[in-house]
Amino acid sequence: MVTTLLDARRARHIAEQVPDPELPMLTLADLGVLRGVEVTDDGTVVARLTPTYSGCPAMAEMRAGVAARLREAGYSRVEIRTELDPPWSSDWITPAGRRKLAEHGIAPPGAAPRSAGGPVPLVLSPTRHTVPCPRCGSADTEETSRFAATSCKALWRCRACREPFEYVKEI
Amino acid sequence: MSDDHVYMTLAEGHEDDTRWAYGTGFEDPLHGVDTTVPEGVDPAELAALCVALGDDALVQAQRLAEWTTRAPELEEEVALANIGLDLLGQARLLYSRAGQADGTGRAEDAYAYFRDAADFRNVRLAELPNGDFAFSIVRMLLLSSWRLAHFQQLASHPDPVLSAIAAKGVKELAYHRQYAAEWSVRLGDGTEESHRRMRAALEQTAPYLGELFTAHDARDEVVAVLRQVTEAAGLPMPVYRPLPGAGRHGEHTEHLAPLLTELQGVARAHPEATW
Ligand SMILES: [Zn+2]
Repeated sequence: MVTTLLDARRARHIAEQVPDPELPMLTLADLGVLRGVEVTDDGTVVARLTPTYSGCPAMAEMRAGVAARLREAGYSRVEIRTELDPPWSSDWITPAGRRKLAEHGIAPPGAAPRSAGGPVPLVLSPTRHTVPCPRCGSADTEETSRFAATSCKALWRCRACREPFEYVKEI
Repeated sequence: MSDDHVYMTLAEGHEDDTRWAYGTGFEDPLHGVDTTVPEGVDPAELAALCVALGDDALVQAQRLAEWTTRAPELEEEVALANIGLDLLGQARLLYSRAGQADGTGRAEDAYAYFRDAADFRNVRLAELPNGDFAFSIVRMLLLSSWRLAHFQQLASHPDPVLSAIAAKGVKELAYHRQYAAEWSVRLGDGTEESHRRMRAALEQTAPYLGELFTAHDARDEVVAVLRQVTEAAGLPMPVYRPLPGAGRHGEHTEHLAPLLTELQGVARAHPEATW
């Protein structure tokens, strides 16, 4: 039993260090897609992963990455499970993950919209939240595109330092 | 951030032979999910619903992919491709669910690549040609509003897999609808020409609305969104004229077969290949 607990902790630590294929400055733990690591009675390591977006093409790569790292670390029986419920939220990006994003010039997300239960309201007013520039800190920024190289990011531009930057969307 | 690193990682060999680009023979997107159909849920009905919703998404994704290299600006091309990718992801999950529920164990490829037009159950609005940008935007506004309302209800479906797929999709569809709504206002309230094209797009899509509401009655939600958007855009509400036929019964326009020919061509020419 003690061995299992220690094993679970070590296995979790190994899985947590696997980098995200699309945001390689973040680990899967930073991104909040690693939902848990357990060791079953027969010694199988079970790691649970959740996709960020339904179409996230990196999901298979993440699964393979976690399985490969765990096998390298000596775990012969590894099982990766997909966990769809609850759906991933950008709120799950850890404080360390947010710091790393900012250090790499990517603005971290604000708080994700909360579901009030009824129909999702459509807001057409141009009032927008501000996203401070990750390079110079200026609040004088604007969105150039809601969608960027990956589903999880938007494109923004800083009017002060004139640099474009990416921004992880709230979801 | 070292971009080289990202691509190097992609090129590295993995024993599991994972690939990134879309093709065939991918690992099951529901890999490791408990796929027992709960008691009280009719497996055949569940499978049929998943196929219909998967077909709506796959056909839309294919139309959106056709905008690649043709969109008005690079940013819009990226947006349309990303929205298509979300829908493709939803389709993959739904097909996978269908194959487990109907007992055939069919994988996603069997649904996407090896069924003919008459077997597809998507609503016809999804399969109409892209037309101009205004038409594609109005179509996206209607379909995303409708699907968003439907998925919100499905988020409490007794099948936990379908409800999870739907709950996840709701978040994505809210972004799609937002994109389409903002462009609708920009074009409707833009130049004389863009206004004229938006009006035409609303008229052209109106006959297909009835089919959406028969498939899933989200009339109130869709009409409320349309009213909000057309008011902000200075556009008239479309006059709804019903059109006979229904994609949900496999009755399609002449536009679906050529779309599928392009989508399925490589997979059918090389049925054993994975890429
Ligand atoms: Zn700046």
